[in-house]
Amino acid sequence: METSLHAAATAAAFRETPAPFAGPAPGPAPLLNVSGLTKYYGDMLGCRDVTFALWPGEVMGIVGESGSGKSTLLGCLSGRMAPSSGQVAYESERFGVVDVHRAPEPVRRNLLRTEWGVVHQNPRDGLRLAVSAGGNIGERLMAVGARNYGTIRAEALRWLREVEIDATRIDHLPRTFSGGMQQRLQIAANLATGPRLLFMDEPTGGLDVSVQARLLDLLRNLVSRLGLSVVIVTHDLAVARLLAHRLMVMRRGKVVESGLTDQVLDDPQHPYTQLLVSSILHA
Amino acid sequence: MSLLDDALLDDALLDDAMMPGAAAFLAEKPAATVDRAATDAGARISTASQNAAQTTAQAAPERDAQYNYAYLDEQTKRMIRRAVLKAVAVPGYQVPFAGREMPMPYGWGTGGIQLSASILGPDDVFKVIDQGADDTTNAVSIRKFFVRTTGVRTTESTAEASVIQTRHRIPETPLTEDQIMVYQVPIPEPLRWMEPRESETRTMHALEEYGVMHVRLYEDIARHGRIATNFMYPVLVNGRYVMSPSPIPKFDNPKLDRSPALHLFGAGREKRIYAVPPYTEVRSLDFEDHPFEVEKWDECCGLCGATDSYLDEVILDDAGGRMFVCSDTDHCAARRAAGHVGPMAARRDLKELADRTAAE
Repeated sequence: METSLHAAATAAAFRETPAPFAGPAPGPAPLLNVSGLTKYYGDMLGCRDVTFALWPGEVMGIVGESGSGKSTLLGCLSGRMAPSSGQVAYESERFGVVDVHRAPEPVRRNLLRTEWGVVHQNPRDGLRLAVSAGGNIGERLMAVGARNYGTIRAEALRWLREVEIDATRIDHLPRTFSGGMQQRLQIAANLATGPRLLFMDEPTGGLDVSVQARLLDLLRNLVSRLGLSVVIVTHDLAVARLLAHRLMVMRRGKVVESGLTDQVLDDPQHPYTQLLVSSILHA
Repeated sequence: MSLLDDALLDDALLDDAMMPGAAAFLAEKPAATVDRAATDAGARISTASQNAAQTTAQAAPERDAQYNYAYLDEQTKRMIRRAVLKAVAVPGYQVPFAGREMPMPYGWGTGGIQLSASILGPDDVFKVIDQGADDTTNAVSIRKFFVRTTGVRTTESTAEASVIQTRHRIPETPLTEDQIMVYQVPIPEPLRWMEPRESETRTMHALEEYGVMHVRLYEDIARHGRIATNFMYPVLVNGRYVMSPSPIPKFDNPKLDRSPALHLFGAGREKRIYAVPPYTEVRSLDFEDHPFEVEKWDECCGLCGATDSYLDEVILDDAGGRMFVCSDTDHCAARRAAGHVGPMAARRDLKELADRTAAE
């Protein structure tokens, strides 16, 4: 009796602590340290009291139903949205430890286009539709000072190949691309400057299942090969299971459960997580 | 007795205080003095003095005293001069100013006119260029506007002018320290085509985030194999601010670099003033492997034979006949006066064109 209680307690503790062996190549210090992050829209709650740490090379999934505060949390994490309270500390290669929301704007904007990448759910939010595919990939390179056309173009071609877009499409406008290709182009554009941390908001939203599968495959490969850390927001538990090492389940702005992905999905503790897992459709 | 004396005498009779001797004295005085007298005497006298000055031709153009000097009120001119000082202090930075309604539509040079109005003094010599020419509608109208409101002397010769208002060209004749160029700017924001949000472009200027300007040039090369932007070619001023040099052709961009003259840019609709002070570095943006280049022509100017000036193409007939002529009419006329003859200068059917520009 006593032993089983003890086992449950350790299991809970295990879930709560950011397990050092959660990611494939854990570094000595967390890349992202989030504490007490809260965002109110007026008197409406966006997210409340979110605390976690993300380690180098780790993929953190945030799941929850629509309106549960996932995108708000992602916006606050990536410095694009100011939280009402709480802190996001990022271990930067260039600036040392940065308190994202108290750092000067130039630092934040610099991080967003060098060490971070943001993949929007709708690729049109992340791409310049009037600029060719090559120009979209080259933009981040030029933003950090690349001034050699040949080099920029070679780099753009390399990234197109990485995301499996035909090289002949380099001068085509993104609006002539299919949804899946636009999403892959957006990912390529984000990866061009070799970011360490990627924020993804429903990267597979609106894509049909076969395209989704290819994109997920691609993402998994890139993430493991480049050793990226990722925070991925999704409502799709299958996506979470495939990509994420760890999972946070959100409901009404609060994290109700967190832990290793397999653990959370196979042995959900919170009633809401149990509901979420049980509502997956099986074909 | 000349018509001038006649008119002044007439005015003098209306004004009891003025003696015939005073009228003769006035006739020799500059226009401004005449006008002051005319203001005192009333509207009819003002009309009379206008008639009088017309007979004295170019010597001393009169101004219409119904308007304040240079049309704008003194406070407005002061406000614009303060903006100019700020613009000169921060080269390439767009200074917002409270642009006024001018008696012409936006897009016809309201920004340039407000600048000229604020800096023109009675001793200045004013030149207006539109498309490189002094005799196009816009140039003629703006020149007449300032003659009427300031009585300033005008010229078509670049060397004689102290203030040159322009839209599309910088004159071929090198500028000097004593000259001010005034540009009419339609779109002052070089980042506008890449970023539509004004708040965002200001932040980008503040943080020197100019990568997107190169995205535009990248697109040019990807599409055309070379940088095909020919006008409003973006420049980096004093190593800090990216600036749009108004719609001048990129042929004129090198003339801005370390120019001895002061260059002022005014955008009336967007209400921005910016400047390139004398001897300021102005670098056109480019890529290492696609360096900045100006336009080149295979032909020379058909009238004066110039090979180093910006040429306009003129269609002569519907059978493919065409010629290239200097866009700067003053430059072309001066060269022909100095004896330079182009391959088409002797053609009878072009005589009218040659004569017209030579007369200027």
